Amino acid sequence: MTRHYINSNIKTESQSRIFWLFSDSWVLAKRSIRHITRNLDQLFSVALFPIMFFLLFRYVFGGAIDTGSISYVNFLVAGIFVQMLAFGANYTTMNLAIDLQRGIVNRFKSLPISRSALLIGHVGADLVRNMITGLIVIGVSFLVGFQPAAGVIDWVLIFVLAALFSLAISWISAVMGLIVKSIEAAQWTGFIVIFPLTFVSSAFVPTETMPYALRLFAENQPLTHVIEAIRSWLVGAPVGDSGWLAFAWCLGIIIVTVPIATWLFKRQTLR
Amino acid sequence: MSNEIKKNISDRLTSDSISVENAVSVKGLRKSFKNVTVLKGIDFNIQKGTVLALLGPNGAGKTTTVHILSTLLLPDSGTIKINNFDVVKEVDKVRSVIGLTGQYAALDEYLTGRENLQMIGRLYRLSHKDIDRRTDELLELFDLVHASKRAVKTYSGGMRRRLDLAVSLIASPPILFLDEPTTGLDPQSRLIMWNIIKQLVSSGTTVLLTTQDMDEADHLANKIIVMNGGKIIAEGTSEELKLHVGSERLEITVINDNDFELATKIIQEENLRTDKATRKLSFATKGGVHQLKQVLSQLEDANIEVENISFHSPTLDDVFLTLTGHLTNAEDKGEDNKVVLS
Repeated sequence: MTRHYINSNIKTESQSRIFWLFSDSWVLAKRSIRHITRNLDQLFSVALFPIMFFLLFRYVFGGAIDTGSISYVNFLVAGIFVQMLAFGANYTTMNLAIDLQRGIVNRFKSLPISRSALLIGHVGADLVRNMITGLIVIGVSFLVGFQPAAGVIDWVLIFVLAALFSLAISWISAVMGLIVKSIEAAQWTGFIVIFPLTFVSSAFVPTETMPYALRLFAENQPLTHVIEAIRSWLVGAPVGDSGWLAFAWCLGIIIVTVPIATWLFKRQTLR
Repeated sequence: MSNEIKKNISDRLTSDSISVENAVSVKGLRKSFKNVTVLKGIDFNIQKGTVLALLGPNGAGKTTTVHILSTLLLPDSGTIKINNFDVVKEVDKVRSVIGLTGQYAALDEYLTGRENLQMIGRLYRLSHKDIDRRTDELLELFDLVHASKRAVKTYSGGMRRRLDLAVSLIASPPILFLDEPTTGLDPQSRLIMWNIIKQLVSSGTTVLLTTQDMDEADHLANKIIVMNGGKIIAEGTSEELKLHVGSERLEITVINDNDFELATKIIQEENLRTDKATRKLSFATKGGVHQLKQVLSQLEDANIEVENISFHSPTLDDVFLTLTGHLTNAEDKGEDNKVVLS
């Protein structure tokens, strides 16, 4: 009865290599984007982390931190915004490690798909998740008293830099996800790298009070440049060197990490 | 004796298969991981439209063989052709004609059954129209329509395996690799899988399946290859392998535990198999009534009381025991795993 269609005549589409790279990446990104709404853990952390950090720093630490001429709420928004984007990228590390440990990667490997599609899919889903996170951060910031002075061009610049930064940090996370040997390791590796980077920066406090060595690091690391650039645009202050340095760092990171991640992935999965 | 028969069987199969087209051909396959040699020279062919079972205990090299044939691993040496495509040089062509169902369901837990099928369909580069048609067909065929809109994480073990196999079939591959397709399934789910596999074969699909289950190989395979320690130790049809052990086995159950020990010493037959827990002894019979009479009088002389005597045709367990000197699950019991005949 059912015998006639257990196998059927199927033709595969023939398209160019580049078409399939985009198509495969999109199919796999769609998969990871669906995870965002179906995995409650992800949904919770995307929404709850920004709220928790805002409340904590605005009302618990904020009163004791002197940010000079700028109010602490206005100072804080850029810090939390960038920190949340960095936290979000840890999902690339986690989800890649999970895919590699479980059987599904064998399925992908036995398909005639483009090699980097799985990486692009995860990074792409990270970008979507981070856009949602970014909107939540800005939304919550208004509730706790943020008063932006940014114009349309400033908002566009913020959006573009945020997207570029999200991609940069996701590709770093992809490299980490390909190096770690277990899912548990993936969980904490991200934080070992991202925690110091976000806290030893100008995210929550001005760097002037830090000891010299720490201050040297804090003032010259990429996250500080991204935070300073976004903060300046948000509050309408002059950007200085931070603007082009932020873009340069992000592009530089992407240029270096994409080939490394692709190479690691090929080495791990190409038999 | 075993080697002789193995040779006879394989000679015959080779001469038969010369005129028939092979879907899979493996010659001199070797593979090592670091210092461990996993495959020590494997040769076999699978005729188009037939089922070959790789049978053996854990660590025999079955999964490694499947992974090499399905382009997940590179061989150290050997020539492997799938539909005449070389697995090393023509990877994409090989991938477009094979389907793989691994030991663990390779599904996305958060996607629904339908979404899993659609995702893999697109990655196989089918047109959207074909994907929709195929998805509907397979969901119906595998009795998953009712669950098609639920996330896979809510599925039972049997449903996952069915979906996993359905996903492998989305592009209707002419050659299918099934790595222990029924391990861990309840008897009913196992029967469903068997029926699906039989349907696939009757529709022309070539299947390579690995199993630790004698019964499964017996039911599904046209040809069985027994593997142990990275080598093929026997091959033939189920009947040929059974013949190997003698046409029938005599099974004796003694009444007392004490008598059991004594009986194992008294009965000096070839391929004697003993099971202390059930107090059963069995061996291949050749002499018919004469041999039966002889054994019974030996037991009587020693005052051993017999509870039950029966003849049965040999199972593949018996074949394995004869070939390797230990039961297939010997590894789990921590017993010596060495091959007696080689």
